[in-house]
Amino acid sequence: MSALSAEGLYKVFGRRSKEVVRRLQSGATLDEVKPLGATVAVADATFDVEPGEIFVVMGLSGSGKSTLIRMLNGLWEPSAGHVYVDGKDVAKLDPRGLRQLRRETMSMVFQHFALLPHRTVLENAAYALRVRDVDRATRVEKARVALSMVGLEGWENRLPQQLSGGMKQRVGLARALASETPIMLMDEAFSALDPLIRREMQDQLLELQSRLEKTIIFITHDLNEAMRLGDRIAVMRAGQIVQIGTGEEILQDPANDYVAQFVQDVDRTRVLTASSVMEPARTVVIDTEGPRAVLRQMREEQAHAAFVVSRDRILRGTIRDEAAQAAVSRGREGMREVLNTTPATVTADALLADVFAPSAESSLPVAVVDEDNRLLGVIPRATLLGAMASLTATETSGSGGSTAEAYPGSPPDGEADRARADAMFELQRGSASGAPAAGGGV
Amino acid sequence: MNELFGWRVPVDEWATNIFNWLDRNLAPLWDFIREVLGGAYEGLGNLLNTLPPIAVILVLGVLGLLVRGWLFGLGATAGLLLIDLMEQWENTMLTLSMVLVACAVAALFAVPIGIAAARSQTVSSVVRPVLDFMQTMPALLYVLLAVLIFSVGVVPGIVATIIFAMPPGIRLTELGIRQVDPEVVEAGHAFGSSPAKILRQVQLPLALPTIMAGINQIIMLALAMVVLAGMVGGPGLGQVVLAALNRLNIGLGIEAGLSVVILAIYLDRFTGALGSRSRVARLEKAA
Ligand SMILES: Nc1ncnc2c1ncn2[C@@H]1O[C@H](COP(=O)(O)OP(=O)(O)OP(=O)(O)O)[C@@H](O)[C@H]1O
Ligand SMILES: [Mg+2]
Repeated sequence: MSALSAEGLYKVFGRRSKEVVRRLQSGATLDEVKPLGATVAVADATFDVEPGEIFVVMGLSGSGKSTLIRMLNGLWEPSAGHVYVDGKDVAKLDPRGLRQLRRETMSMVFQHFALLPHRTVLENAAYALRVRDVDRATRVEKARVALSMVGLEGWENRLPQQLSGGMKQRVGLARALASETPIMLMDEAFSALDPLIRREMQDQLLELQSRLEKTIIFITHDLNEAMRLGDRIAVMRAGQIVQIGTGEEILQDPANDYVAQFVQDVDRTRVLTASSVMEPARTVVIDTEGPRAVLRQMREEQAHAAFVVSRDRILRGTIRDEAAQAAVSRGREGMREVLNTTPATVTADALLADVFAPSAESSLPVAVVDEDNRLLGVIPRATLLGAMASLTATETSGSGGSTAEAYPGSPPDGEADRARADAMFELQRGSASGAPAAGGGV
Repeated sequence: MNELFGWRVPVDEWATNIFNWLDRNLAPLWDFIREVLGGAYEGLGNLLNTLPPIAVILVLGVLGLLVRGWLFGLGATAGLLLIDLMEQWENTMLTLSMVLVACAVAALFAVPIGIAAARSQTVSSVVRPVLDFMQTMPALLYVLLAVLIFSVGVVPGIVATIIFAMPPGIRLTELGIRQVDPEVVEAGHAFGSSPAKILRQVQLPLALPTIMAGINQIIMLALAMVVLAGMVGGPGLGQVVLAALNRLNIGLGIEAGLSVVILAIYLDRFTGALGSRSRVARLEKAA
C-alpha cells in the first residue's frame, strides 16, 4: 500500500470556489474558469507516494506547491478531493484526529526554519515531543540523538539566532526526525540556503534517508535539487501536475513543451546514468578462446581491442591486438598473461558525470557492468561526447585550453563540442588523478 | 432646527434614554463594580499608607534596582524620598492605589480582548471602531457618565480611567500576537499542537514585549487621568492639584505635579524594564 495518496485534490481561493471546482471537474480548462475570478492554486492533483520514497514536487513560484503540501497534513482543507494516509482520509478527520495524525505520522520541515527563537536548540529539537507530552528525560534523549544525526552535538544550549542558516535548518530537520514520524513533509526546506550549504544539506538528507527510509515529500523550485533528491518527481504548473516520473524519464521523455523547456537547463551529466547512453559491446570474446581466435575476430570486426568475459558474461578484462599477437608469437594457448584485468568500468546507475574520469583514463570504451560485474554494455568516448553535446555551453565555458593531442583517439562531433568536451575531460582528469576511477576497477 | 432639513436628529434624547435605561436596569452590575473597585482601592490604599513611608520607599527602590540596576534604584529612592519630604506621601499612595487598581482591571480586560481580536478577524473588525471611539471621545465625558452612575467618589474616577486607558493595551496585544512569525505558528500546528498550547507556548511568549509595551501605555494614560478623577471626588494628588488651582497656589500645585511626574517616571521605567527583560525582548535587541 502506498504511504500517502492524493486523489483529485483541488484548492481554489476566492468567493466562487465551489463552482470553479465543479466546472474544472467537469472538464473546463483553467483559462475558462479565469473569468470567475477565483485563484486556482491546485487543480486535480493525483499521485501515490510509496513508503521509503523521496517524492519531489517541483514547480515555479506560485505553481501551488505549498498549497498542495499543506493539504497533505490537513493544515489547509482541500476544496475537493481526498488525501489518504494509512488508509485514512485526512479531510474527514476532526481536529483531534488531525493533531494525532500530525504527531504520529507526518512531520514537517519549513523553508524559513520556523524555530522558536526563545528556545534553545535542544528545546526546539524536542518540540514535537513536548507537544505530545513525552516526559522530559525521553524528550531530551531523543532530541539529542536527532541533533547528533544532523551533526549538531555540542550546540544543544545555543539559541537559534546564534546559528547559521544551514545549522538552523539542521535543527528544523532534527525536530522532524525526533518526532519519529514515518512521513516527512519538506516545503522548500533548502531554498533559503546558499548553494554550497544547500548541497551539503542535500547530501546529508540522502545519507540520513539511506539509513532511516522515511517517506519524504520534498518541495522545490530547483530542478537540479529535484533531480538529485527525487526518486520520483512531480512537475507542477499553474496548479496542475503535468508529469510524474523519475528524473531520467522527465529528461528523456518530457510530457510536453513546458516540461521540456523547464528541463533544458539541467546538468544532464548529473541526472543521466551510464545505462541511458551505453551501447552494446561489439568485440566480445570468451576467456576460454585462444589468442589466435581472438585476433581473427578483431580483424574481422576491424577492432584493435576486445572485451573478455566468462561464459556467464562476467567481465574478465580487455585485450589489445598487439598483446594477443605477442601471445601468439610466444606460442601461448591462453590469454591469461596478456589480459588487462583492470579495465575502466562503471555501474549501470553511475551518473554520466562520473563516467568522464574513467573514460579519460582509458583508451578503450568504458565497460558498464552490473553488481555482479556482468558486462552490460560499453560507452565509447564518442558516445559520451555525443551525450555531452546536449549540454548547455555555459556549464564549461571559461575552462578553455585544447588538449586534443593528449587524446588521439577521440573523434569529435564538431569543433565546438570538441573544445568543450576536451575541457570537460581535462577537469575530470584533474579531479580524478590519484583517486581510483569511479565504479572501481576489476 | 437644521435650516436645510428643518429637523434635528435627537441624538441627545436617544443617548439620555439609553443611559437611563442602563442606569436603572443594570443596577446590580453597577453595585458589583462599585464594591469590587472601591474595595480594592481601599485595601491597597490602606496598606500603602499604614506601612511606614521609608519602608515602602526602600522596597520600591530595591525593586527598581533589581529590574534596572543600581542607578535607577538610587534615583527612584531619591525621588520617592523627595515626595515624602514634600509631605505629599499620603496623597501619592492614594493616587498610586487608584492607578494600580484601574490598570490591573484594564489589563485584565485588554489582554484577553487583544488575544481574541488577533485570533478572529470578526472580533478584530468589531473591536477596532469601538477602540477608536473610546480613544477619541473626550475623557471628561467618561467621568461625567461614571459620576451619573456611581455618584461622586473614587469609583467613577477609576471606571473612567479604565475606559480611557484600555485601548492601547488591546491594540498592542493584538499587534504583538499578529506579529508572531506565521511560519512558527504553522509549525506548531504541523507538529500537532493544540491552539491553546500554541497560544501559551509560542504566541504569548513571542508577543510578550509588545504586550508589555501595551501595559506600559495603560499605566501612563491612567496617570494622565489623575486630575480628572480628582474632579469627581477621587482622593490623592488630583485633589491637591485642584485645590492649588482654586487657591491659585502655584507652590502647592508644583509639589503635587512633581509627585505625579516622579510616580509616572518610576512606573514607566519599571514596567518598561520588565518588558525588555524577557528572553524574547533581549533576542530582538541583539538581532
Ligand atoms: N491564502 C491564500 N489566499 C489566496 N490565494 C492564495 C493563498 N495562498 C496561496 N494563494 C495563491 O495560490 C497560488 C499557489 O500558491 P503557493 O503558495 O501554493 O505556490 P508555491 O508553488 O508554493 O509558490 P512559491 O514557490 O512562491 O512558494 C498562488 O497564485 C497564490 O497567490
Ligand atoms: Mg511555497
